[in-house]
Amino acid sequence: MSDNQYTYAVARIRAKEVSLFSQATIEQLLACKDEKQCLQFLVEKGWGEADTPMEAEAILTREKEKTWELMRELVKDMSVFDVLTYPDLFHNLKAAIKEIATEEKNPNIFYKDTAVSGEEMMEIISAKDFSRLPENMREAAKEAYETLLHTRDGQLCDIIIDRAALDAIYQAGKESKDEIIRDYAESTVAVADIKIAVRSQKTAKTMDFMKKAMAECDSVSVELLARAALSGMDAIGEYLSGTAYAEGAQALAESPSAFERWCDNRIIQTIHPQLYNSFTIGPLVAYVLARENEIKTVRIILSGKLNELPEESIRERVREMYV
Amino acid sequence: MSELGLVYALLGAALAVLLAGAGSSIGVGIAGQAASGVVTEDPGKFAKVLIMQLLPGTQGIYGLLVGFITLSKIGLLGGTPVALDPKTGLLILAACLPIGVVGLISGKSQGQTSAAAIGIIAKKPDQFGKAMLFPAMVETYAILALLISILAVNAIPV
Repeated sequence: MSDNQYTYAVARIRAKEVSLFSQATIEQLLACKDEKQCLQFLVEKGWGEADTPMEAEAILTREKEKTWELMRELVKDMSVFDVLTYPDLFHNLKAAIKEIATEEKNPNIFYKDTAVSGEEMMEIISAKDFSRLPENMREAAKEAYETLLHTRDGQLCDIIIDRAALDAIYQAGKESKDEIIRDYAESTVAVADIKIAVRSQKTAKTMDFMKKAMAECDSVSVELLARAALSGMDAIGEYLSGTAYAEGAQALAESPSAFERWCDNRIIQTIHPQLYNSFTIGPLVAYVLARENEIKTVRIILSGKLNELPEESIRERVREMYV
Repeated sequence: MSELGLVYALLGAALAVLLAGAGSSIGVGIAGQAASGVVTEDPGKFAKVLIMQLLPGTQGIYGLLVGFITLSKIGLLGGTPVALDPKTGLLILAACLPIGVVGLISGKSQGQTSAAAIGIIAKKPDQFGKAMLFPAMVETYAILALLISILAVNAIPV
């Protein structure tokens, strides 16, 4: 009965999806006049806990923790979610390398709920014992650490680790038997490649830089994308319109924030079919991604309100919701 | 020879109850997992999801019904078994197969459909009527099989 092992979990997630923010709820949040009123609204919607301080970061962090607590309750083998935690895990690696190499001490730089915790990462990097890292991190960790130590080039260190993260996500997608993980990996890597191309075009990066930063995937050709980026923004749009990411070309033509918004919306569109799946891990993975998207959107609104941005410019950055 | 006929007939009754009952238990089990998931989050939906869970339970009842009719037909219920030749016994066995096989398959399928329909109730409880129709559609084929099994068992002269 392995095909039905997630029936209970999916039904719980279906009930949980009711409390995910819809576009209408986001509109209500946007209508709040300041950050304080937004936080009040979130608390009324059940965000945070009774003992959570009335601060944006505390509430958002608690919400992220709640999602993972639920998943730990529902799924025995948490390794299915590894691919979703790779960005956080590789961020922790980046943070640890920079802390050790620069001998600085900064508080709260690590994400929680990753396969290797921040403290452990610090230990590993300071001991240069890279073999204790997961296999897909070892090479990149060593290379990034040595690069930063010798060249002091933080950006180079970043692209080595970011590229390794993309490769790890893509590899996990290829190896997964779950369709959602495969689709998520493909979309994530392709969207990241497109983002790199757009940013590289704006900052006039070389072909070599782009090839170093972009990861191979099926739906986008690194070679063609990098070449398009060298020719200009219009060439990127032209190339994208011939791929599955044609909407990205339109967003690119619209504005930079519309493009960033499209990048996230694309992931939500990828997971959308999971709303109609009743028996596999898919809806659980989709729920985690939907929660992350929701928290990100709320963070955008809160910081917009805090900085007193006009409602229209916050709205432009608001992501598409899963439900 | 007469005992072999009885064995065949009894095997038919056993298969009707066994296969249809297994189908129902699988189906009710699947729907029960989904129902538990919804009730964990929202106990107020208990009554609605319970009805959904019960839908795949009917195949087991149909199997039981055919089993009873068969046992009654061959006189085992009254304590005086009739003398059956193997051919008649095999006929009764064949008559019991539709509800047994269809009960097994439709029970499982109905359980899966019920679990999916419980998802509708989790999100849109006001759509209960529509949600119930989907698993109820699967029931049609269990009823058709029941009909043929009853007609066939009754039509066999003993």
